[in-house]
Amino acid sequence: MHYVAGELRLSTNGLDYTVLGIYFAVVLGIGFAARASVRTSLDFFLSGRSLPAWVTGLAFVAANLGALEILGMAANGAQYGAYTVHWYWVGAIPAMVFLGLVMMPFYYGSKVRSVPEFLLHRFGPSSHLLSSIIFSVASILIAGVNLYAMAIVLEALVGWPQWLAIVVAGFFVLAYITLGGLSSAIYNEVLQFFVILAAMIPLTVVGLKRVGGWDGLTDKLTDTQGQDFTSAWGGTGIGSDNPLGANWLTLVLGLGFCLSFGYWTTNFAEVQRALSAKNLSAARRTPLIAAFPKILIPLIVVVPGLIALVIEPNLGKPGSGLQYNDAIPLLMRDLLPNGVLGLALTGLLAAFMAGMAANVSSFNTVFTNDVWGAYVVRGRSDRYYLTTGRVVTAVGVLGGMGTAFIASSFSNVMNYLQTLFSFFNVPLFCVFIIGMFWKRATPAAGFWGLLSGTVAAMVNYFWFYKQHLIDIPSDQGANFVSAIVAFVVGGAVMVAVSLFTTPKPVDQLAGLVYGTTSPGMAEPPAEGDEAWYRKPAVLGWGAVVLAAACYVPFSF
Amino acid sequence: MSDHEYQRQVEELERESATAARLFDIRLVIGGLFAIYGVIMTIAGIGASDADLEKAQDININLWTGIGMLALGLFFLAWVRLRPVVPAPSTEERSGE
Repeated sequence: MHYVAGELRLSTNGLDYTVLGIYFAVVLGIGFAARASVRTSLDFFLSGRSLPAWVTGLAFVAANLGALEILGMAANGAQYGAYTVHWYWVGAIPAMVFLGLVMMPFYYGSKVRSVPEFLLHRFGPSSHLLSSIIFSVASILIAGVNLYAMAIVLEALVGWPQWLAIVVAGFFVLAYITLGGLSSAIYNEVLQFFVILAAMIPLTVVGLKRVGGWDGLTDKLTDTQGQDFTSAWGGTGIGSDNPLGANWLTLVLGLGFCLSFGYWTTNFAEVQRALSAKNLSAARRTPLIAAFPKILIPLIVVVPGLIALVIEPNLGKPGSGLQYNDAIPLLMRDLLPNGVLGLALTGLLAAFMAGMAANVSSFNTVFTNDVWGAYVVRGRSDRYYLTTGRVVTAVGVLGGMGTAFIASSFSNVMNYLQTLFSFFNVPLFCVFIIGMFWKRATPAAGFWGLLSGTVAAMVNYFWFYKQHLIDIPSDQGANFVSAIVAFVVGGAVMVAVSLFTTPKPVDQLAGLVYGTTSPGMAEPPAEGDEAWYRKPAVLGWGAVVLAAACYVPFSF
Repeated sequence: MSDHEYQRQVEELERESATAARLFDIRLVIGGLFAIYGVIMTIAGIGASDADLEKAQDININLWTGIGMLALGLFFLAWVRLRPVVPAPSTEERSGE
């Protein structure tokens, strides 16, 4: 996370700043224009449940395509090689498809406004409050990580002082969410998605030409880094050594199942996009539409990381002054002329702001509805909660600024995020999946499963791993194992507690548990939704098959 | 927790919601921004210096990016033109869902 000032300075000119300035103007314009659509709290927090599937789908993928993700995955590409594709094809696609095909009918159909609210109706207030508070704290922390990272990158690239970057970006995010609510956040995410593409595709094309095309890239990496570096599964046998510090079993179970399902299916910053869709079919298609771009994103994120390693073989080595996180800034500096350079800078900034906005817009919803409205000030008018939401947005942005310093104690940004997610989201997923499929799971089991799973992951990571009581070669490997521990402990505690406590009466679980539907919930399909390419099963299984096929070139 | 009261509340809010009726079309913004960016990049590409070309490995990357962005912008504008937003259903129709 430490950048050497001057080392990465870009030669920006007026053209680049024009491109950047136009973007900032449009971002604010979207906020002002979306303001007219906010009349109720539902408009502010969930866009009135009215958006089309392609908009929510692209926002779903863009909310995850923050700059931390882009810089971090390029860094992982340079550090671990082709293993990084696991974060996409094993670590995202199956979970996104599962969310769309299996879980979305419960979320959207039960008309909950947030992921924690589902817990309230399925289990009760104790697990609801616990998860709402954990989520609120985590959102602010991650928003802070985003801001801090952005300030460092901007200081290195264009020489802006850190405080200036934090204040400017914070102000823009604050302004457009306070004005237009979730609609404004989602619209900006869709725009950001295309700007990122426009920034990263030229970078990748020029980079590939520099290293002699795809063949040149793989040949050079094989020569310098060894055979396994360009293979997704080489060296992942149990007991064999690889830079990731994980074997195929912890990869598939830890990353592919626990971490990934925890993140994609219960992280409200993602699920919120689907809940804003206009009907159940659009809500189910949201993560499925998102899956297709997600499959291809490694081409413009991980590949530049690999290119950077070929161009600068000392990347990430001690004494070179360059961190793995510098991969993309390095390519921008070396390969992009003014114009496209401004576009890449705009894309990076857009991604930073959108990443932070996703956290802030989900934070304000959960804090206003699930903490403030549910436990502190209840039963006021809708107007009151709309105003509260706007105030909470401001508090969230300021809190993000204040907590930015926490990020500095971890060397690799992604490790930090993964660590947080493994502690919060995995037990949450465990509680959800058992709660959705087992009527007998009791309110007490929900609370204790959540708490014990979170604590177990922390104990495993900070005590067993950090104190060297168990031998795991890397932070990433330890994350995967911690995720598995969280899931197993949470699940075991839930089953055990359920057997000794009283379940909710079955009639209160309508629409919340598999095999039941809420009264009056069956909506007729909207016109045009019967088309084969809009069928969730076709989209979902298509994405899974495509992701599996993508492994073929990296497996032999 | 009184059974399905929250669901009635959400349905009520959905009826009062203004988003479907008043939210502008994002396709116009994407189309407009990319058309403007496309023109800027294309002009920058036409006037590219030798140093620019050399830096980008002899690819006129501004020109190609500009053409690509212009095409995407026009695609979105054409989409708005060909498939305009269907007027949002009125309050009565929505409540009948």
